[in-house]
Formats: sequence, structure tokens, C-alpha cells
Amino acid sequence: MRKELEKYFRTEKLPHIWCPGCSHGILTGAVIRAIDNLKLDQKKICIVSGIGCSSRAPGYMNFYTLHTTHGRALAFATGIKLANPDLKVIVLTGDGDCAAIGGNHFIHAARRNIDITTVVFNNNIYGMTSGQYSPMTPRGAYATTAPYGNIDRSFDLCKLAQSAGATYVARGTVYHIPQLIKLIEKALQHKGFSFVDAVSICPTYFGRKNKMASPVKMMEFIRDASIPIKSAEKLSKEELAGKIVIGEFYEEQAPEYTEEYAKVIEKVREGN
Amino acid sequence: MSSEARLMQGNEACVEGAIAAGMRFYAGYPITPSTEIAELSAEKLPKVGGKFIQMEDEIASMGAVIGASLTGLKAMTATSGPGFSLKQENIGFASLTEVPCVIVNVQRGGPSTGLPTLPAQGDVMQARWGTHGDHPIIVLSPSYVKEVYELTIRAFNLSEKYRVPCILLMDEVVAHMREKVELPDPSTIKIINRKKPAPSIVNYEPYRDYDGDGIPPMASFGEGMSFHVTGLIHDVTGFPSTNARVTEALINRLMKKIFDNLDDILDYESIFVEDAESVVISFGSTARSVLRAVHLMRQEGQKIGMIRLKTIWPFAHKAIQNLSSQVKNLIVAEMNFGQMVETVRASAGGRFNVVGLNKFNGELITPDEVIVKVREVMGHA
Repeated sequence: MRKELEKYFRTEKLPHIWCPGCSHGILTGAVIRAIDNLKLDQKKICIVSGIGCSSRAPGYMNFYTLHTTHGRALAFATGIKLANPDLKVIVLTGDGDCAAIGGNHFIHAARRNIDITTVVFNNNIYGMTSGQYSPMTPRGAYATTAPYGNIDRSFDLCKLAQSAGATYVARGTVYHIPQLIKLIEKALQHKGFSFVDAVSICPTYFGRKNKMASPVKMMEFIRDASIPIKSAEKLSKEELAGKIVIGEFYEEQAPEYTEEYAKVIEKVREGN
Repeated sequence: MSSEARLMQGNEACVEGAIAAGMRFYAGYPITPSTEIAELSAEKLPKVGGKFIQMEDEIASMGAVIGASLTGLKAMTATSGPGFSLKQENIGFASLTEVPCVIVNVQRGGPSTGLPTLPAQGDVMQARWGTHGDHPIIVLSPSYVKEVYELTIRAFNLSEKYRVPCILLMDEVVAHMREKVELPDPSTIKIINRKKPAPSIVNYEPYRDYDGDGIPPMASFGEGMSFHVTGLIHDVTGFPSTNARVTEALINRLMKKIFDNLDDILDYESIFVEDAESVVISFGSTARSVLRAVHLMRQEGQKIGMIRLKTIWPFAHKAIQNLSSQVKNLIVAEMNFGQMVETVRASAGGRFNVVGLNKFNGELITPDEVIVKVREVMGHA
């Protein structure tokens, strides 16, 4: 680890609990590097997570950190941000945590456009419980609860976030780290609900079930499947099947929830 | 200055009490018969610089309340039966992480959607054991509109003092009834705020019992001390542990901080128990019918008394155990199939004949029904 990044970690809590070959450490590092690049005030950052492999990340990170109940990170984060808008609130969540059990909180946090940055560590599987299919598991993939192949259709989390009202939406991958760091930086600088879908790998539980048991194979798969949004725009729906479109999808300036509430307080108190 | 007398609804008294106690954050979801609490919080909180938010569901409301409390604001939510069930997981989180918060449950008929606009007291056990695992909780239950105001303040005070979720268990009658209430001068109200870490503490450990009273001082997110909060069993540093001794020490401390302070937490009213042969135990709006029945029977010369519980949980075993040996019968009147009666029976330990008076059809227990039951139990029906 670079010496200047050590202050952002609770180094005494390392090594982490993640499996060999897991990319959640890379994603945690990307979030830290984005914070460092922006020189954000460490004493003003609160990191909130739910339950799952990815949600263990805040425990290693030296900020105000909160490890909540399954799927509820955004609900807790909403309370924190509204109660103390001076805090920079970052939610780290997994695909099951965010899109299944936490789906309702996800769309409503986006709808409110509350100033929270959400990064989903999206590895297409429930890793903590050892490999059940999630709402992000591709059709046809195998999982311990999809022994004959997954018949569920998966979300496009970026489209979901955007249509729910998120005002910054991007997708990156663990293979394209410099780009991912930039996307997280932009998300952190954005005023409003910002969302980064960080495509990640789980060689242990997704890979082993899907003939990609080695981390290198999974990384190569992500490299080969990824396509920048500019190139994707020229392709047909058929040509895009199975591709991971990466880059910045959406950015908009819109009224932010806590600022709007501050105006309510101001208005009501003037009337007194 | 004392405010003038006002005609006030129970739910309104709850919001007045909460704001007087220092509530500055409310998150909720609409549900009958508690909705007025949300509506009035939405109106009143911004006037005192506080925050109100209507969340997407009951689960989120409870999460937002905990998040807000972690930043240092006093926070509350209100709900009714089905919503109370949904909040339970996060109530357990607050209990384990020792985040002060107040949860109002205006009980209605159940189970399930049940009787949305009719009274019941069917959540006595859910209030105690609704969330999973061994956990501390304090539950208060008011009988009068004025008392809703007082016990809401007390709920905040106990929650802050002991770092425990406190449940105000109301029923539809107390919540919707209007009574004449004179609110006290705000300067006379005793307000308790959570204990903060001493500035001299370096390397603050959020769950260390610095003062030996079982209650760790609580820093807030944003104050400068980095710390971790998790719903996993944790050691004094706040980080997860599966160590058996750490687990045992934590659960023991969580329980002891309540059970070592029963004299402070328990609150009940004993009426005519000194020479009573039969004592009716009750709480909430049911206690009003019991009081009427006791007065009527006393006029007839019957040796009857009552205990009205204001703190439901922890249970006031001493109120039962201190009864003199001339007491023969304990009648537990509650609008459910029989919940508190089992705890009273355990408390009585065979010393008294314990009988339930139960009603669960959406109608109040009337004074007449209490009288009939007591006569039956006393053997002169």
C-alpha cells in the first residue's frame, strides 16, 4: 500500500476476510484513491454498508463507519445525511444487498436525489452465503440455488438508478481501475444521488460454478466483455448481448433533498 | 410560564412531549391509528429546526431514525401493529448497537392487518421479544392524554440515559381520545441527554464501559472521533468478534444496564392495595375502566385494589411480590387473548390465584365487565 494512503485504513484490522482472488479489495482501494485524489476531509466522511462481503469494507476504512442490516444501508445513510448534511455520506453495498433486499431503498434514495454516493460492488452473486444467484446473476449462469442454470432476468442497475431519479450514473469495472477511480471521483463531487455500478469478480463462488475459477480468467472475461459507452452506442441490441457497457451514463443538476429541506426550515421559521 | 389548558388528542400530546424532550428527527410511514404523530411531526419539527422525513417503508423509517441518532439528534418513529413487525429487525440493531431512539406503537387489533381502527393491546409480547435474540428494551404504556405527554418525555430520557430503544406502547383509545391537558412550563421539565465521551479520552473505544455503570459514553458521527458501529457482536472497540467471552460480556452488560437500574426505570401506580383481597393489574386505556370498577366496588365495601403499570417492560415483579399475603386474587385485564397474565403468573409464583380478563374483539373492556369478573373470582357472582 502507498504510505500516504495508510491513514485511510484501519491497518490493524488487516488482512481482510475476503477470499484469495476476490476483487473487493481493489474496489475498496479505488474508493480510497478517489477520496485521496479529491483531498476530501477525512473527518467529514461517513461510510455506510449493509450485509454481505462488500459490506465488510467499511470496517477496514478509517472514517465514521456503519455496518447496518441487510439491504438497509441507504435507509440508515438517509437518516445520517438528513440529520447532518455536513457529512459526506458514501454507501458501499453489494448486488444482492442493493438490488434485492435493498431495492426499495435504492429507488427511493435515487428519487429523492439525496446527496449520497453509492458504489455497488457488483459480483453477480451472494458470496457471503456461498454462491446463491442474485438479481445481477446473468441468465443461464449457474449458482448453488440455480443448479440447472439461472432463469431470472437481471437488472441493468444503471438504467434502474437513472429512471428512479439518480442524477449521476456510471459503470466501471475492477479491470479498468484508473477509469473507475475517475468515475467514483466524479460521483463524489456530484451534488445529489450519485451511483457507480462497479463490476467485480467472485472467482470462489461465481467463477467456480461458471468455468472461471481462476481470478485471472474472470478478469479476462471482464476485459473481453467490456465496451465503452461511446462504442456501444453504435452497436445493435443483438451485438450488445452479454457486453458490459462502461463509462458515464448520465449527469444532471437537480434540487438536492437536504438543501430543499433546509429551505423548508428557513421558510417556516421566517413565518414565525 | 405555564401554558393554558388545551383539548388535546393522545397522538398530539405524544408529539408535544417528544419536541419538549428534544426530538429533532422523525422518520415514519403512514399507518392508522398513529398517522397524526407523523403529520404533526412534519408540521412542528421544521419550526424548531428539526427534520421530518416520510420514508418508503417502515423498515427504512427505523433505519433512518438510527442513522440520525448516530449523528447526535434525538429521533423517533411511530407506527402500529403491522409496521411494528416490520421495524423489529432494526429495533434489534439499535438494541445491540446501543443507539438511543423512541418507537411509538399505537396498538390496533391484530394479527395481520386485523382491525386497523379499533383498539387492542395485542403487542405486549412483541414489544418485549419482537426482535430476535436476547436484547434489552424498555416499554412504557400511558393511560391518559396528559400521561402520553409525560411518558413520551420519559421514553426519550430513559432511551438517552441507558442507550436503549424505548417503546411507547399506546393503544388506539389513548391515541385518539381528546382530553383537557395543561402542559407544564418547559423549564420545569427534566431532560436527560446521552453521556458524551470525556474530551480527555484518547483512542476512544465506543463500547468501553469507561465509568463502570454499564453505559459507554457515546460520540456522534461528525464530531471528529472515527469509530465503527456494527450489528455484529463486537468487542469494546466496536469491531466484530465471535469470542465466547466477548459475546457473554456484551450481552451481560446490555442486560445488566437495565436490570441494575429497575428502581429508576420501573413506574407503576398502586391504588387501594393495602387491604385488598383482589387486585386488578392493568395498563393503557384498559386501566381507566379498571379504575372506575375499583371505585364502584369500593363504594360497595369490596376489598379491591389495582396496580396500573406505566413501565410494562422490564416487568415490575416487585409490584406483585410486595403485595401482602391477604391478597388472594390477581386479575390481569388486557385487550388480548392473555399475554401479560403469563408474566404475572410467573411473578406470583403460586402465592396468588392469577386470572385473566381478556377481550380481543376490537371493543374496550368496560367497568361492568371488570366488576363481573372480580365478583366471579371472589366467589360471589
